[in-house]
Amino acid sequence: MQLLYFAWVRQSIGTGSEQKKLPENVTNVAGVIDWLRHEGEGYAEAFRDVDQIKFAVNQIFVSLEAPVKDSDEVAFFPPVTGG
Amino acid sequence: MTVRLQTEPLDPEVEVRTFRGRLDESGALVTFTGLMRGQDGIREISRMTLEHYPGMTEASLMAIEKEALERWPLDDCLIIHRIGEIMPGEPILLVAIAARHRQQAFKAAEFLIDWLKTKAPFWKYEEDSDGGRWVGARSQDDKLAKRWD
Repeated sequence: MQLLYFAWVRQSIGTGSEQKKLPENVTNVAGVIDWLRHEGEGYAEAFRDVDQIKFAVNQIFVSLEAPVKDSDEVAFFPPVTGG
Repeated sequence: MTVRLQTEPLDPEVEVRTFRGRLDESGALVTFTGLMRGQDGIREISRMTLEHYPGMTEASLMAIEKEALERWPLDDCLIIHRIGEIMPGEPILLVAIAARHRQQAFKAAEFLIDWLKTKAPFWKYEEDSDGGRWVGARSQDDKLAKRWD
């Protein structure tokens, strides 16, 4: 799975993108977050409060229940502040 | 219809003149320029950095533009957004809307900016003499965007 992180999520985790093998029992965005939380301190910090995070699967905003598969691009970031 | 991201400084006057040159039957041209504020009420901001999501940001802006065209009979539309480093006073965003009549142009411009601020993946990082911080989203912006649901 292609994982992308932006803004303070990127800073907490320490990288903007990485490739990881999606565990077989993980089927949706909420599952990806639970899995990544256990990948290290930076991940735990980034995903401490899920209400502060937005997510996109293949560049489309989705909810926590959205399904995911290993070939997806999944991005995590704070609420947007452009304009 | 044009959507553009650029790291170079943005000159709204030049861009609007070019945009106006390609109009033919429009009776109204509404433009909005967003500027970088040099202070946030408490601190003097020395620099801002705009991060974006390459690919998704461009696609979101095009989708927002398409939505505006479906809601109002517009003749043409231009969105230019800066990315990268920005200094106080510099333009961050330019939106230009051309339509036959002003009502559609005003409405579409407000809509585009409200949706852009809440749906397009950009993140602002501000720096001052004490260090830097990510700018938080404003609930007022969410409220304004909800008007168009």
